[in-house]
Amino acid sequence: MTRSVEVAGIGIHPFGRFEDRSVTELGVTAVREALHDAGDPHFQAAFCGTAYAGVAAGHKVLGAIGRTGVPIVDVEAGCASGGAALMLAAGAIRAGQYDCALVFGIEKMPRGIIRSSFFEPWREEAGLAATPAYFALRAQRLMRDSGITKDDLADVVVKNRAHGVDNPNAMFRSEVTAEQVLASRVVCEPLHLWMLCSPNEGAAAVVLRAPPEQSAGPRITLEAAALRSHLPGSVLSEGTPLSGLADDSVDPPSTLAARAAYDEAGLGPADLDVVECQDTDAARELLSYEELGLCPEGDAGKWLADGVTRLGGRLPVNPSGGLLSKGEPLGASALAQVVELVTQLRGRAGSRQVDGARLALGHTVGRGANASVVILRRSP
Amino acid sequence: MAGRPVHEGLFTERHLIGGRCTSCGRHHFPAAVICPYCGAAEIARVELSETGTLWGWTAVTAAPPGYEGEVPFGFGVVELPEGLRVISRIEEADPARLSFGAPVRFGVVPLRTDEDGTEVVTYTFAPADRT
Repeated sequence: MTRSVEVAGIGIHPFGRFEDRSVTELGVTAVREALHDAGDPHFQAAFCGTAYAGVAAGHKVLGAIGRTGVPIVDVEAGCASGGAALMLAAGAIRAGQYDCALVFGIEKMPRGIIRSSFFEPWREEAGLAATPAYFALRAQRLMRDSGITKDDLADVVVKNRAHGVDNPNAMFRSEVTAEQVLASRVVCEPLHLWMLCSPNEGAAAVVLRAPPEQSAGPRITLEAAALRSHLPGSVLSEGTPLSGLADDSVDPPSTLAARAAYDEAGLGPADLDVVECQDTDAARELLSYEELGLCPEGDAGKWLADGVTRLGGRLPVNPSGGLLSKGEPLGASALAQVVELVTQLRGRAGSRQVDGARLALGHTVGRGANASVVILRRSP
Repeated sequence: MAGRPVHEGLFTERHLIGGRCTSCGRHHFPAAVICPYCGAAEIARVELSETGTLWGWTAVTAAPPGYEGEVPFGFGVVELPEGLRVISRIEEADPARLSFGAPVRFGVVPLRTDEDGTEVVTYTFAPADRT
């Protein structure tokens, strides 16, 4: 039997824009907080998720606090970088390679539409590196297939921004109305500016360990950390290919990762109490409900309208406010979800607490394609 | 072809240049030397159909990174009879004027003019009922 893995500590640097702080400083804040929360353990390895922080980004953070010497591995997996780092650390602990590992994610995103070395120069020159346009195409197909309207898209933003008001780590902490969302400029029809998350800056950290034989109080275990890439053939895959097959049966990476995670944890979506999912844009959140199997295919709009995914609903989604409130620093976002979910499972989320939450799921998906799904459990 | 193509090997004056895998029979674009679906290195370069149908569309309202042409411009997915869906520029920047399944036709349009006066051109699809 493989060992279980528990979350011993969490830490975060709020998400936003911080002109006066380096990406290393953001990381130091999150890492010190997580280590302190875990009782300052000796960790035997560190995994750092980042897409833009450059060479040896993780070494700089641990170098700044005198904690080098252990293996430090930087992991790039787009929006799922933190989830990928978590998967590697958890696997190593399960296998008995380490007893304790530090996982952190750091990012300072460039401003404006994200420029990526992913696209060939000619594709940029031809105007085909328009990232929000790919989001818009996915949104349009979801609206067609699931009967979702632009009003529904605006309501996702209203929900998440309302959740974010009480999250001190969020960038946007004011409520908005559907009218305001729909009055913001159209970036790529059907997506308006306020329906898109803002790339920004931040850091998050998690300490994982094999559970000590005796410990007092409730523990939070990492039941699954799955990462999957895209299958070939889907034209709208987050792999953003230039072509795909006329075949709608290709499973998206989020579905592949979710299946693997449910299998690893030995449970299903109906068992979950709270979810943090990728809401790069408003449609992406609704698509995630279906791809993760939270609701039957075609029911995402109904779930939203019925309030299932609001705080107080049967399965609150993005109680942190999601990326729409927090903004998105790629390397940090998956681990910030874990920070939120562990806070929820500890019962310490204050006014945004999901009552009695025991099982939680975090999901990120983005370029690569990379999708990660993390499942956490509180016991007893 | 009048003008310099934005990239070699993507299209002729009349067609996109795709690849057909002689092992699994499926098409891809742009033409590669190895099949992106099955990995076989048995690719025939083929001219893809000139006409297709619109599978999805939007308009890009702000210049994406590295793009020096005009905005807004249409952007979408064209489904070709070969069983292939292609990401393409679309010659209609008003999304309200397009519909699912609308017939579209291949074309070549200028993107910008080089310093030496040469036009840089790219592939596109335009609503077929208006051309």
